[in-house]
Amino acid sequence: MTGHDGWEPEAPELVRPYVITKGRGLPDEEHLSLITLVTASAEDTRRPARLSPEEQSLLDLCSAGYLSVAEIAGHTHFPLGVVRILLASLKEGGHIMTRPPVARARPADKEILEEVLNGLRAKFG
Amino acid sequence: MGSAPSLGERDYVRGGATQTAVKILVVGHFAVGKTTLIGSISEIEPLSTEETMTQAAESVDDLKGVQGKTTTTVAMDFGRLTISDRVVLYLFGTPGQQRFVQMWEDMARGALGALVLVDPERLADSFPVIDLIEQYGLDYAIAVNHFDGAPLRDERALREALDLLDDTPVVTCDARDEKSSAAALTTLVRYLLDRTR
Ligand SMILES: Nc1nc2c(ncn2[C@@H]2O[C@H](COP(=O)(O)OP(=O)(O)OP(=O)(O)O)[C@@H](O)[C@H]2O)c(=O)[nH]1
Ligand SMILES: [Mg+2]
Repeated sequence: MTGHDGWEPEAPELVRPYVITKGRGLPDEEHLSLITLVTASAEDTRRPARLSPEEQSLLDLCSAGYLSVAEIAGHTHFPLGVVRILLASLKEGGHIMTRPPVARARPADKEILEEVLNGLRAKFG
Repeated sequence: MGSAPSLGERDYVRGGATQTAVKILVVGHFAVGKTTLIGSISEIEPLSTEETMTQAAESVDDLKGVQGKTTTTVAMDFGRLTISDRVVLYLFGTPGQQRFVQMWEDMARGALGALVLVDPERLADSFPVIDLIEQYGLDYAIAVNHFDGAPLRDERALREALDLLDDTPVVTCDARDEKSSAAALTTLVRYLLDRTR
């Protein structure tokens, strides 16, 4: 099964998000994956900049703790592609910090899987 | 779009600064119980994200030099479970439509594995889903979602119908029940762990 019949994520420049994102390109996917954790940086590390209302609302959302990229999209109802672009811009300006998931490596996987297994057992019996 | 929703403390990832995020996919055909299973385990109200997908229109328009486009929206829903101070697990519910390649790549990249929900009454609907999971090289376990009144086939017949490998785990579950859903997930994780040995 090949499974490609031409569906692509809508290019941001075609729609209103263009306005929001000022036409910036798509960021590096590895660093803003669905489960990359994001939080606002300390005020003094931020470069002074005028943020768009959308950037500001994402920054506000991230200021009280860590959320994954997917959760930020879920809470704001922005399309994922738009969220990624806005976050990339915020990161560029030093406004947010990100914790990408670890690269997959077999030994690391094993430790993580053991931790997940023990956690599930502890929680659900 | 506009102002940020106000979130409570519990909405944020506990100990986020030291957490490693991992994900497991919950896949299956239409209405098989993906959202129900995620909701029964998740510590947050399940959320969904949307991606607007476009497809260039077919050749008739191209001949006229008109760039026609078809647009559709695909949603994936997900939940979260804080495992420990070091690991936070996300569960992503993914529809079994293989045409959204980009979305599938996004979901599958770095996933630990997949729990495939199956309705014993509609086994054939699960074929494309399993094809897709195999295509992306994900390890998986089968959870037979036990709808009321649905006669559960014996496991051998089900394995045969789905063409499963001998060591692929098959469990039954009621996606509405937290313990039952967690047990299915535990079976998957134990299997994934065995595969690393
Ligand atoms: N009896 C029974 N009903 C279930 C079970 N799991 C889900 N349901 C019901 O089946 C229906 C569909 O469940 P969903 O969780 O929405 O299924 P889904 O796979 O997310 O569906 P889509 O996202 O539309 O593909 C709902 O009405 C659920 O309440 C189960 O284990 N037993
Ligand atoms: Mg659903």
